[in-house]
Amino acid sequence: MSVLEVRNIEKHFGNTQVLNDISFSLEKGQAIAIIGSSGSGKTTLLRCLNLLERPDGGQIVVDGQVIFDATDLTTQRESEIRRKRLHFGLVFQNFNLFPQYTALRNVMLAGELLAQEQEGFKANKKAILQEIRARAEDLLTQVGLRDRMDNFPHQLSGGQQQRVAIARALALRPDILCFDEPTSALDPELTGEVLRVIRSLAEQNTTMIIVTHEMAFARDVADRIIFMDEGYIIEEGPALEVINHPREERTKQFLTNFSNQ
Amino acid sequence: MFMTVVGALNEGFLQTLKLFLVTLIGALPLGLVVSFGSMSRFAPLRWLTRTFVWIIRGTPLMLQLLILFYIPGYVLESGSPWPGGESGRFMASAIAFIINYACYFSEIYRGGIQGVPVGQQEAGLVLGMTKGQIFFRVTLLQMIKRIVPPMSNEIITLVKDTSLARIISLQEVIWAGYSFLKGSHGYAGLLWPIFFTGVYYLLFNGFLTLLFSWVEKKLSYFR
Repeated sequence: MSVLEVRNIEKHFGNTQVLNDISFSLEKGQAIAIIGSSGSGKTTLLRCLNLLERPDGGQIVVDGQVIFDATDLTTQRESEIRRKRLHFGLVFQNFNLFPQYTALRNVMLAGELLAQEQEGFKANKKAILQEIRARAEDLLTQVGLRDRMDNFPHQLSGGQQQRVAIARALALRPDILCFDEPTSALDPELTGEVLRVIRSLAEQNTTMIIVTHEMAFARDVADRIIFMDEGYIIEEGPALEVINHPREERTKQFLTNFSNQ
Repeated sequence: MFMTVVGALNEGFLQTLKLFLVTLIGALPLGLVVSFGSMSRFAPLRWLTRTFVWIIRGTPLMLQLLILFYIPGYVLESGSPWPGGESGRFMASAIAFIINYACYFSEIYRGGIQGVPVGQQEAGLVLGMTKGQIFFRVTLLQMIKRIVPPMSNEIITLVKDTSLARIISLQEVIWAGYSFLKGSHGYAGLLWPIFFTGVYYLLFNGFLTLLFSWVEKKLSYFR
């Protein structure tokens, strides 16, 4: 069974239709890359999945459970939406680290706050916090920032900040980790370190949705690729096939324009 | 003579300080309420608040003091609502100052709140934080950091603005200095006490400047 099923998602802002009948599914351990030009709706789609935007139509199903249904208001209760967001992790284009906390605290904060809601937190406070800390340290080590844990975001390069942001998103063990153009705000020489981290996550079979402009990276890391244009999914298929042998005219055009840049 | 003057000026400055502190205590929280009003999603409330802020910021504080102190006495059948003497003058001054400064503070708060990138809130949301957690654990400190420089400006202005209350004869430090010109404490025609009040303002504002730069420094560990 798919870990994620997106059914007929629609979204408009005012009179502009941003997402049209978006449907796809994602298997556990798979990575999907979403490509397409700016304004094609890729980012909005990710924001809908994370419920930062509310879709106007369609369903989002995680592990067989409908977490959002546009026609069913009982799936849209504010109090539950907060919990449902935790199915997804999101790495932003601009990192959005919390500037007043160190790298380590950035990774630990949400976990600590959620732990406080657990039953029996008070009794095991020390052990629970210790565990959260150990996990945060592990994750930062994993993204290669063992020595920078006590640095504040402004003391880190863009690439390092983005790696902290990845660790922060992983800390809550999301079912699906989403990346919104994770290297677009970086200087070219810094993209490599971030892409390497994402690549190693793919090798560990992390379930991911990656919105990206890095075509070669998408081809190498993703299992499947979705090409979007003007709010529609134009083409979807195995990564190599979509990049090397696109079927649709618009996909061909996009890829040609891209390689000419 | 000098000690007599200093004694009288001290007493006047105590009233200045009192007005300063009461204004801060009232205007700092009221300003937050006003700023929420001016950012409300409910348009009538938003426009009402913004119009009010426009009127208060668009007219002199001195005029507001005069209106608040004298007009009720003309309009109300029961006569002036203010108690007689210095306590009534202080009450009217405090209310006028609190309203006036709340409006100025509200605009600074608004800038501080809207200046925190929306991405900070979104990052909190996708990490499963509640709105309250996001406000207190993520955005509040960033807002405070943003508003400290403009607030310190405004607060130093407030120290000097308290002298406007003299227009309704509040016995603050300049009033005390002026009394030696008009004649009091057995002296008359003394000009220098008025100028000497400047020392009080300078020393107190010097202290505030140090305090605020200390706060700014404390908050400089992040950007």
